[in-house]
Amino acid sequence: MKFDRRTALRGMLGGGAVSVALPFLDCFLNTNGTAIAATGAPLPVRFGTWFWGCGLTPGRWIPQKIGAGYDMAPELKPIEAFKDRVSIFSGFKANTDGKGAVPHYTGSMSIMTGAPPKGQGMVEAPTFDTIVADTIGGQSRFRSLEVTATGNPSDSNSRRSSAVINASEPSPLAFYTRIFGPEFKDPNAADFKPDPKVMVRKSALSAIKEQRDALLLEVGAADRVRLDEYFTSIRQLEQQLDIQLQKPAPLEACKMPGQPGNTKVGTQIEDVIANHKLMAGLMAQALACNQTQVFNVMFGDATSSLRKTGNTTTHHQLTHEEPIDEKTGAQPEATYFVERIVEGLQTMLVAMDSVREGDGTLLDHMLLLAYSECSFAKVHSLESIPMIVAGRANGKIKSGLHIDGAGDPVTRVGLTIQQVLGVPVSSWGAGSMQTSKSVSEIMV
Amino acid sequence: MMPNLKRSLAAACGAITLLTLASCGDPAPQSSGGPTTVRRVTKDQYAAIIGDVFGTDIKIQGRFDPDVRESGLLAIGTSHVSVTPSNLEQYDSIARSIAAQVVDEQHRAQSFGCKPAAATASDDACAGQFLGEVGRQLYRRPLTGAELKAQVAVANEATKALGNFYDGIATSLAIMLESPRFLFREETAEADPDHSGQMRLTAWSKATRLSFFLWNTTPDDELLAAAESGALNTKSGLKQQVDRMLASPRLKSGVRAFFTDMLGFDAMATLAKDPEVYPKFTPTLVGEAQEQTLRTLTDHLLARNGDYRDVFTTRHTFLTPLLGAIYRVPVDAKTGWEAHDFPDGDPHSGIQTEVSFLALHSHPGRSSSTLRGKAVREILLCQQVPTPPANVNFAIVQDTKNASLKTASDRLTAHRTQPTCAGCHKIIDPIGLSLENFDGLGGYRSDENGAAIDASGELDAFKFEGAAGLGKTLHDNPAATACLVNRLYGYGAGRAPVTGEAEWMKYLQAQFAAKGYRLPDLMRTIVTSDAFYRISAPSKQDGTTQAEAASPREGKS
Repeated sequence: MKFDRRTALRGMLGGGAVSVALPFLDCFLNTNGTAIAATGAPLPVRFGTWFWGCGLTPGRWIPQKIGAGYDMAPELKPIEAFKDRVSIFSGFKANTDGKGAVPHYTGSMSIMTGAPPKGQGMVEAPTFDTIVADTIGGQSRFRSLEVTATGNPSDSNSRRSSAVINASEPSPLAFYTRIFGPEFKDPNAADFKPDPKVMVRKSALSAIKEQRDALLLEVGAADRVRLDEYFTSIRQLEQQLDIQLQKPAPLEACKMPGQPGNTKVGTQIEDVIANHKLMAGLMAQALACNQTQVFNVMFGDATSSLRKTGNTTTHHQLTHEEPIDEKTGAQPEATYFVERIVEGLQTMLVAMDSVREGDGTLLDHMLLLAYSECSFAKVHSLESIPMIVAGRANGKIKSGLHIDGAGDPVTRVGLTIQQVLGVPVSSWGAGSMQTSKSVSEIMV
Repeated sequence: MMPNLKRSLAAACGAITLLTLASCGDPAPQSSGGPTTVRRVTKDQYAAIIGDVFGTDIKIQGRFDPDVRESGLLAIGTSHVSVTPSNLEQYDSIARSIAAQVVDEQHRAQSFGCKPAAATASDDACAGQFLGEVGRQLYRRPLTGAELKAQVAVANEATKALGNFYDGIATSLAIMLESPRFLFREETAEADPDHSGQMRLTAWSKATRLSFFLWNTTPDDELLAAAESGALNTKSGLKQQVDRMLASPRLKSGVRAFFTDMLGFDAMATLAKDPEVYPKFTPTLVGEAQEQTLRTLTDHLLARNGDYRDVFTTRHTFLTPLLGAIYRVPVDAKTGWEAHDFPDGDPHSGIQTEVSFLALHSHPGRSSSTLRGKAVREILLCQQVPTPPANVNFAIVQDTKNASLKTASDRLTAHRTQPTCAGCHKIIDPIGLSLENFDGLGGYRSDENGAAIDASGELDAFKFEGAAGLGKTLHDNPAATACLVNRLYGYGAGRAPVTGEAEWMKYLQAQFAAKGYRLPDLMRTIVTSDAFYRISAPSKQDGTTQAEAASPREGKS
């Protein structure tokens, strides 16, 4: 057999072990290190969301200065080290267009779907992470990965419709097993042999695919949409099996992470911090190993259930009930959780930044949107909902800026991110939040 | 739409009119029926089916996606959820693990009624026999010729590639277990020969609806045979099956599944309490608290054929040593579960004073009159409490450090006197205040922060004292029985009642009352009716009803 770099990268099918002598060296990259030389394909841009509940405190997170070189307000101090790769979006609001605000839900769904929801759990459009996943997630094993650090799989903002929700994995161990368990194909392994069992499974799936047309004819319009979503999932599973049958391209940055222990899962802040840290590390490796390009992390749930051991009130209750300290403008006990949340964001940024890849780090090759569901939780305020964009998206965005939305709809941010990530969309959002005005300040 | 649904509290958060019951003894009124449904099988149903078809020793390893609650029930949400890629991945892995167990050496003999000619080669006859029999139970109807042929072909191809007959069968079985024909209960309708111009469920769909409603599992052989012979479409054939099913011990599983759904016990899985505040709280306790309520209910409603209204006042329950520690009742550790009667005058009376209800509707570190009041309204009375508005200033509400506002009652008075909050909180909090003698885990207390608890409560026009008073008020409140009827019907039909069923629902409530509020009688009235199987229009129409469109999902706020 004749081996060349191209063969090694493309992988081989059809039986027989493939030995690859070459490690993934810089020679695989083009001269400026932003693309895989053999295929000419650019290093992928990854997209992630990072959500926390109950917002931040007005007057304590928005920088004074607009534009570059902004000042770090007290509540954002933990991410100061990343200032040049983080942009702060303030002054963007969600409009309810007469639908009535669903507390702790309208804000997040306005940011992610572009439209205020009809009610709790009732969205008008898919969250845009799924649109991005359809655009850039097709070549990796998982179209997207969802995790939550607070223990409840129902806590997920990622949805294609009211009924199609990408549930979150709450356990770091289960998350590890899903990605790096027996079905993981190490891209840097010397040997590769397609598994005949996987071939059989893939072939057998066609028996399900063949049922599609007949089944869809039997049901009403609404059920047809649901069943069609099921068949989309079948195609995704088939693609996953396809990927397992191919020798993966070696990836220098991919390092098989250690298996986490069976950690305690729940809403106690120490558990949340520990589980989130494990998940952040696993997620970074899932990206580096090309297992996914898109992910959604819930640090906390929308009605922030974070709590201290031995304390009777949750972060959410505190935001509503605790009086404001006139000197600092903060609610002291609620602020404890705000600090832990922003430190959690720091943990995520550190995890991404510590993976060296090509000419920089994973963080340079991604765009992470961190957001909450309201600005001031005490009053469920939908004005100036905090949004933070981290990463450089392979140089496709300018970072280190403070953008003042001056009352513009939150959809401007979602539109911009979709455009940066290659979604062909010129206008996005519904009703008064419909916009074609991207945030040009951050676009290159 | 149902009258009691119409009485949404959204408009005024104010007066609630009492439901007028139809007079008893009327013949069943005409019903429009509703659309057919396509329901995703739940985790519990999946487990029950696998147990029925392959034996209860088959392990189900994997995670199921959470169900979604709509119009008060997960059962209605199952008519709207789909299967996402990550969800399918899980179904795939669970299916393969089940299939491998079914064909392994340990289970082979009990699973197969035939042996292949050679274990290393395909065998059309044996594969066809096995897949056909299993398929009938999994798809809840016989496989079509083409379906069976396709399943055998999958088995044969896999046998060829893997060199083993049983591995081939396992591959084909796994495909069946992740097929939409299994994962979704798709209902089909046909013209009703007895009522010209109207549609009804086909016998297969009828058998499926019946079986999941009463037993929460796939139809058994006898029921499928009744569907196949057409007996299920006759009054006497239907009655025969209903008699058999209601008399079966499996009815208990069905009733438990219904109350697990109605009472929102799915939330038990993620219930968290602060270990320093409630050191007695453990996952075992959570399971036992749920079990206590299910035992109380099935004992009262099935074993004793009791009046549903008495579940709010009953003093008869079942305890374990762990639960006994919360209720301060000594329970002999050796016997496990023990029947217990709380004496007259004891604050414990009715399911709303059990740990499951009290702990579920509390904060992690303390009780909540608001959450409990809301749960009474929404879960026990089927009344919708509106979500709080945005941009409301809560500043006035509470100050936990305020020395003059020691008890929840004191703090909530502030809640109810602030005009923007008062509209809703005045109809929620006074209900929950009557349960303030129970802490966030459900343990009894007479004071909070050193101040005596005032457990007087109020529900609409009725004022009462403490948990027992609340129980009596619920007992006498027609909304409580109407709520059960509404939920039970929605649970069986997989959708909220539609406008054209309003008269039928009134009739059901009247029948429930006339027969002394006995649950098995109510179930019988439903499943022997035409209305339960009536399909409104061509089944291909969009299945969303007005009731569903108008009723938002439940959520936290």
